Amino acid sequence: MVGEAVILSAILFAIGTVGALVRRNVIVVLMSIELMLNAVNLALVAFSRQWADPAGQMLVLMVIVVAAAEVAVGLGIVIALFRNRESLNVEDASLLKW
Amino acid sequence: MSEWIFYAFAALAVAGALGMVLNVRNTVAGALSLVATMVSLGGIYVMLGAYLIGVLQILVYAGAIVVVFLFVVMLLNLREDGFASGRQWATKAVGATLGVAAAVGLIGLLPAHFPEAAALPEGFGGYRVVAALLFTDYVLAFEVSSLLLLSAMVGAVILARRSTD
Amino acid sequence: MLEVVLKLLFIVLVVLAGMLPLITWVERKQSAVMQDRIGANRADLMGVTLLGLLHPMADVIKLFSKEDFVPAGANRILHLLAPVVAIVPAIITLAVIPYGGTYVFGASTLSLVVADVDWGILFVFAVGSIATYGAVMAGWSSNNNWSLLGSMRASAQMISYEVTMGLSIVGLFMVYETLQLPAMAAWQDDSFRLLGFVEHLGGVQLPAFLGWIRLPAWGIFLQPLGFVLFLTCIMAENKRPPFDAPEGESELVAGYHLEYSGMRFGLFYTAEFLEVPVIGCILTTLFFGGWAIPFLPQETIISFIGAGFGEGFATGVCLVLHVLSFLVKVALMIWLQMALRWTLPRFRYDQVMDLCWKVILPLSIANVFVTGAIILWVEAVIA
Repeated sequence: MVGEAVILSAILFAIGTVGALVRRNVIVVLMSIELMLNAVNLALVAFSRQWADPAGQMLVLMVIVVAAAEVAVGLGIVIALFRNRESLNVEDASLLKW
Repeated sequence: MSEWIFYAFAALAVAGALGMVLNVRNTVAGALSLVATMVSLGGIYVMLGAYLIGVLQILVYAGAIVVVFLFVVMLLNLREDGFASGRQWATKAVGATLGVAAAVGLIGLLPAHFPEAAALPEGFGGYRVVAALLFTDYVLAFEVSSLLLLSAMVGAVILARRSTD
Repeated sequence: MLEVVLKLLFIVLVVLAGMLPLITWVERKQSAVMQDRIGANRADLMGVTLLGLLHPMADVIKLFSKEDFVPAGANRILHLLAPVVAIVPAIITLAVIPYGGTYVFGASTLSLVVADVDWGILFVFAVGSIATYGAVMAGWSSNNNWSLLGSMRASAQMISYEVTMGLSIVGLFMVYETLQLPAMAAWQDDSFRLLGFVEHLGGVQLPAFLGWIRLPAWGIFLQPLGFVLFLTCIMAENKRPPFDAPEGESELVAGYHLEYSGMRFGLFYTAEFLEVPVIGCILTTLFFGGWAIPFLPQETIISFIGAGFGEGFATGVCLVLHVLSFLVKVALMIWLQMALRWTLPRFRYDQVMDLCWKVILPLSIANVFVTGAIILWVEAVIA
């Protein structure tokens, strides 16, 4: 089951990558990043099961904390962005692009 | 038996993830299909012996993080978000290629056979084992993560506040 | 086999079939008593009114015979799915509630809880957090601005109160040293001397009669502040008055379930009503000793009756008494919720959020600190 779980983790990570690269809705991009973090969590839990070592689960706890912080700040930025640009399209937030 | 449950959870997780990424019309439906992924991942964690992580997955990801996403979508009152401007086939093709390449590359890195998983000690993955480790070996990381959460909270409040003055 | 039958009986019969129609009747009668009215008594079947007990049946027939309407522009799938998502969590929670202890009949052991999991209370929280989606999906899919406002309020309120709900009973976990609900109930099957700690202060001599005062070792006596905070949070989670800002009739018409009709509306109502006994079960298990009978621990009952009638019979009697004690306490908790619901007016929405983040959160953190300090003191002085 550990092997299958790691393969599932790779698939989910790839789906998350595609979402973060292709979609232009900021909220969906943030959700895709959450999906990638989740895929990493799954791999960590699977390896923790493989070696019966709870250290991997400790790392998952930290990732959950980071994900929560990321969502809080990220959505704060999204709201500020929407207020200024009236849009959630990432391409409308290109003021600093050369 | 447990293999089939695992495969069911895995299929649900992949379907939910695809539903989130491919649904271009409706952000709320996308977020809700992400919930399916989160919940089935929680089930898989429990099957892998990480009980506490499995429950926290549902509690934090499904119960809080995605709800916050939905809250923001409702706050900004977005009913449809199909962006009208160009379809951008090039970006999509490059993104999809990169994604498939990432999946194939990551799976290619795996060994063909994993060795037999180690026997689980008593209470593995329960809150007693995890907490005992969290407050001894990993206490520094724990404290730092609390600081991170505090700064994120302050930052979010300042970012989202309407500048009245 | 007996075990499975008993467990199924508890869930299906007592809670779904028995409690739920009864509880709408209780609510009507309680509000009538509190407002000096007679209350529901008109539904009759060939002249028999049964004190209004036929009203729940009439309600259900009425709801089933109404049109199941989906508004134009609504997201059909989510609109149909939302009531189901709202009601399922309330039912699953019952799986981890112990409605009796563990009983040994000769070689076999009978444990009266459906799923005895190590992390029972976390299961309650996780399932409760899923319940938010019912309100969110309903409000968003209805294509109605009142509904949308209602579900925004619901999601913000429920997330906020989940945080404080968990924190408000951390002190309780520190006292019980477990997250397992059956173990918590068994821990409370005991009593303690109320003023026993005075003897350890040094120099103070307690009059003998004061030393005799005993209290059951229940959560409410060990964590009174925790009880008040937890009760507030869990009532806010249920979105019933005084915390019904998400549906507030006078502001949002009916909030997130505005566009629902017939039995789908009935399912939302059922979910709210069903949560009342479920909350009663949780409160009883955490704070009122679960199935425990005050001052009569299980061993005392079994040895007292067993002396005359034999061990097996005594254990059976004990089982029945414990389940009865549990049901009586749950009934009292339901009464408490009804009384609060008909006493307090609705909070304004900003007051609800202020109460959560500015009052309950600091108080529950203080509660954790004080509890920790007392536990350290007790371990240093007494043990």
